[in-house]
Formats: sequence, structure tokens, C-alpha cells
Amino acid sequence: MLVEELKDLAAEERARQSERAACVSICAAAGCQALQSEALRSALMNEAAAQGHGPDSCVVRQVGCLGSCGAGPVVSVEPGGILYQRVQPSDAYDIIAALDGPPVERIALDSKSSFFARQHKIVLENCGRIDPDRLEDYIAADGYLALTTALAEMTPAEVIAEVTKSGLRGRGGAGYPTGLKWGTVARASGSPKAAICNADEGDPGAFMDRSVLESDPHRVLEGMAIAAYATGASEGFIYVRAEYPLAVARLKTALRTAERNGLLGNNICGTQFSFRISIRLGAGAFVCGEETALIASVEGKRGTPRPRPPYPAEFGVWGRPTLINNVETYANVPAIIRRGGTWFSGIGTERSKGTKVFALAGRIANAGLIEVPMGMTLREIVFDIGGGIPDGRAFKAVQTGGPSGGCIPESLLDTPVDYETLTRLGSIMGSGGMIVMDETSSMVDVARYFMEFCMTESCGKCIPCRAGTVQMYNLLGRFADRQATPADLALLEQLCDMVKHASLCGLGQSAPNPVLSTLRYFRSEYEAGFGGAQ
Amino acid sequence: MLPYLQKCDPPTDDKRWKIVAATMRKLGNQRNALIEALHSMQDAFGYLDKPGLTFVAGTLRIPLSQVYGAATFYHHFTLKPQGRHSCIVCTGTACHIKGASDLLKYVSATRGIKPGETTPDRSLSLLTARCFGTCGLAPVAVIDGETMGRLTNDLLDRRLAQLIQQEAPQLVS
Repeated sequence: MLVEELKDLAAEERARQSERAACVSICAAAGCQALQSEALRSALMNEAAAQGHGPDSCVVRQVGCLGSCGAGPVVSVEPGGILYQRVQPSDAYDIIAALDGPPVERIALDSKSSFFARQHKIVLENCGRIDPDRLEDYIAADGYLALTTALAEMTPAEVIAEVTKSGLRGRGGAGYPTGLKWGTVARASGSPKAAICNADEGDPGAFMDRSVLESDPHRVLEGMAIAAYATGASEGFIYVRAEYPLAVARLKTALRTAERNGLLGNNICGTQFSFRISIRLGAGAFVCGEETALIASVEGKRGTPRPRPPYPAEFGVWGRPTLINNVETYANVPAIIRRGGTWFSGIGTERSKGTKVFALAGRIANAGLIEVPMGMTLREIVFDIGGGIPDGRAFKAVQTGGPSGGCIPESLLDTPVDYETLTRLGSIMGSGGMIVMDETSSMVDVARYFMEFCMTESCGKCIPCRAGTVQMYNLLGRFADRQATPADLALLEQLCDMVKHASLCGLGQSAPNPVLSTLRYFRSEYEAGFGGAQ
Repeated sequence: MLPYLQKCDPPTDDKRWKIVAATMRKLGNQRNALIEALHSMQDAFGYLDKPGLTFVAGTLRIPLSQVYGAATFYHHFTLKPQGRHSCIVCTGTACHIKGASDLLKYVSATRGIKPGETTPDRSLSLLTARCFGTCGLAPVAVIDGETMGRLTNDLLDRRLAQLIQQEAPQLVS
């Protein structure tokens, strides 16, 4: 497909969309689907037909995540940008009847509230606006324009220069500059090269990648194709968790339609560039989020990491130069190519550019998916967007970065969110899970929970992680049972230090973080666990 | 030739083996098809058994020890036959904060099985998982592939009782 054809197609689809008088969109991401949004869609369709609406006066369709997962199932109505929450099939009559009048107050969700108003959407710009199973919807939202433009007008080096200029950093958590990584793979000798999308979102409490894949799968494919063009990769893999069946299904549909339309596969857009993507399912191993373990898993082996260097950029899957980026990183790429690196670097802070998607969950009023510019403070995220703590309880801590991150107390909530500040606080940016805890949560219990997680997920290859996590878990159990002694505390700190510095991969190196950060900010809770024989 | 390399016929005439064989063939019967093959076998049969693992090992020309290694490394795979119904309680962070461990203890106590076990009559398997990504609805459990959110002990108990009751007439007949 050429740039002109794509633009014609987009114009056609947009014209078709502008003709319809009303459009009722039901969230069909996993969260709302678990709340029977499928049944709701058929109820709304039947109701629209019963009230005499044809396809030109009211369209009922599925869309991706609308963000307010805690208020699901969510329905949006255009024109007017009306949102409804916790919609039941019995509400269908009222919703359709209210198309020409004021919205149904009983179930209305304020779309002007700060939950929506404070966000800045780049990665999620199409989420909740397009039907993830329809390529036409994505094209009408300027989809694949970046890929076709890059292929027609830019050299691979220019693409890399643009990404470098944008200042985009890896969204998987570590924050490695994306442009630099692409440059290394492009320079590496050896072919064929591979590009991998890391969709093994293992952090419990994180669902950003799932939502992006379920709501806007083509965006990730387009980002991957651009990366492949820039680095010279001809083969792509998406490594996605088996726990996300809906994301896998949407990805498969997207792959098929993109290939059929010449946007992926051989000779993309009539050029010499060919790129095939296949999907590889994970099988429930957290350590496979680590890049070398992920590569082992793609090769069909046990997912155990290996020492680096050599880095995957030089020696990756089957020894080929391999680019590995996270879902969210790839999802940023089309917007950067379309709107320019300078535009992107204008958002965010000095060293962390752009936006970050967070999954807000736990003891918070507005649980859901949000995207905010880097540099927003944690307080704004938790209280303005998240709506604070429900049931009149007091805020205690926010946990970022999953089992590799830490807990941040109230006194540090005014910290702006970027890679460096979070690391300084003893946590990490991580992939974007944000779990809010209130006064009823015990920090020792939280630390023990994450240690149990790391203990069971440790692959067993290196001893500090395999044996150290077990010992730390047992020690934490003594604090939880109030049987600990000051000597236990000293031993715990010593073990944290050892595991952090001696482990082979990121899992072990960051496993002590939840303990270290809770020790730093909530030491009294550990001391309250003293009670054993001295 | 080593014995494990010679044997690559399906263990039984069961048609489901064709699905497993096709999955491996699609990836050229290469070693990287291993995890996909195990997925398709578990989807078809519910669990992985030794004859099946031997079949996969033979077709992909991988030592059986390595196939067993992969099958036991990944939490998703199980070598034990599962119950007719499954209840997977999410133990992710958001669910933990919202009381998933109490939920798990409750089901465990009322059904008399520990996580990872199946009831003696094989009506129910109780499992745990690390996050289904539907944290907005915590605590969450997946019952026979259907996600249920905002769970309470009562809600979950009623749903499980309903499932097991539904199949009761079949057992009598």
C-alpha cells in the first residue's frame, strides 16, 4: 500500500464515520469483558434496532480500553463524549432513548473530571476510540502513515536519528535510550537480524501492555515494523503472556489483516523491505521478562538468563543481532515518526521525555489505566487522577515497579515521576504498575509478599537469588509473626546487600528492593516484629 | 540412533494429537516449537503426560530430559490431570492488597483442597496465578476460563456450587 492509497483509505473511512449520527462504543478490553460487556453489546444492539435506529443513525461497536477499569463496564456515546459506568444490560433502553436528549444521570461518568482531564495521551491516543479488530479504524486515525512515510521518504539512519532526537527511553523499566539501542543493532554485523516485542508483562498489578495490545494492536505492529526497517531486521517475534488470551487473539487478527493489506510481510508497501512477525506464547515465568531469558524461551528452551555481555543487540536469538523493546516503547514510535522527535522531546522532564502509562490499582477510588507526562508528581497521580483512597481511610504508601520496585511513603509524594527520581527513592519506574496502599496494609506483609513472589519465580540458575530469596522470605516471616530479633534485622539487611550485588540478572538484583525501601521508610514496622528470644 | 529419536508416532489414535503434530509442523518441527507444542498439548488434553512428552521430544528431536525440564520450569504447564472445573485465584499485588489470600484460604477450607490440588472426585481444581491484568476488578478469579471480578467469599462459593451442581444430573445418569 502506498502513502497516497493509505491517505485515500483514511479519508474514505473518516467520511463514513462522520456520516453516522450517533455511535455507542462498549469497552471490550479484558477488564470490562469480565463484567459481561459482550452481553451488554448485544443488548444495546437489539435496543437500537428496537427503537428504530439503522446503521446510519446509530452504530453500536466494540472499542478498546476506556481507562476507568474500576468503573466497568464502561460505555461511551458520541457525539457529546458522554461516558457511562457500571452499565448493565437493563440500562440499554435508557442509553439508546437518551441519544437525542440529555444523558442518563443515574449511570453517567463525568468525562470532564480530573481523571480524564489531567491525562496526556500518546500511546493510548486510540484506546477507546477505535475498534481493535478493524484495520480501517486504525488507518482512519492516521495509522500506518508513519510506516509508509518512513519507507518512502526516510533512510534507516534518519529514522534512528529521529528516535534519538525524541529522547525516548525503554518503557520496560530500565529506561535505556531507545535510539542508542537501535543504533547498536543497526551497526551490528550478521544477518538476518530480529526484532522482538517484549509483551511478557509479568509484574503483578501491571496491565498497561495488555490494554495496549487489546485496544490498539496495529500500533505495536507498526512500531515494530518501523524499528525493523531502521535496524535492518527481517524477522519479528512478539513474546506475549499466555495469561492474556484476548490480547493474543487481537494480535493474531491484526497480524492477519496487516499482512493481507501489504503492510507487513514481503515487500511492504511495494519496497524491498520485508518483515514477518510471529507470536510466541509465554508460559508463566516471570523471569522471561528479562531479555536473555526471553530469548532462551523464544528458542524453545527453559527461560533462564545468561550473563551479559554479549548483549542481545550483538548476540541474540539464535546468535543473531536482536532488538528487544517493550510494548509501550514500540507504541510510542509511530507518533514520534509522524509528529517528529522534537515534538516528543518537548513533553516530560529534562532526562525523561514523553509520557508514561500507569496501571492504577489497589486501594484507590479510580482504578484504571492512565497516561501522564513524565514529571507529574505522585500526589497528582494518586489524588487528582486516582481520586484518593476510598472509604475515608488514610494513604500509606504507593508501590511502583512491582517485585523489583519499592514503596514510597506519603512524605515523598511530591516527587516528580521520572526514571532518576524514582531510583533515588529506592524504587524504580518499572513497567508502570502502581499499587496504592492504605493504613490497613502492613509493610512487612507487602515486603514478604514480593519476596515470596521472587522466591517462587527465581529460575534457580544463580545461588544468591535461588538461596538468598528463600532465606529472606523466612526471615520476613519471623517479623510477620513477631518472633524476630534485632540480629534477624541485621542479617536481613546483610542478605539484601548480598543478593542485590551478586545475582546474575535483574530479578535477583532487584528482589531486595521491596524490603530495602520498606526498611528505609517504615522501619518501625519491622521493629514492631521484635519479640523472639534475644 | 538413540531410542527417543526413533519414536515419533502419536501415543494413541486420539485425534487431538493431530493438533499437536500440526503445531509442531507449522514451525518446521524445529526445537523452538517446543513451548508452542506443550501449549497445544495442554490445551487439548488439559495436562502433559509422559507418552505425550516423549512424542514431542521425538518429533522435535530434543532429549526427553530437556522437554521435561521445560515442562516443569514453566508454571503454566501441569503434569497432573485436572478436575472438570478449574478455579484460578489471582494472587497478584492488587488482589493481594484486596484480600485474595483470605479468598484462597476460604475456598481451600470449604473444598478441602490446597492450591494446586484437585478434589478426589475430580470435580474441581484449585489453582493460583500471578495477575490476569484485570487489577481494576480485584480480587479476581478465573473460573472455567471466565473472569470474575470484585469477588467475595460468598460470591465465589455460590458460583462454584452452581457449577458442580449443574453437572450432578449427568453423574447420576
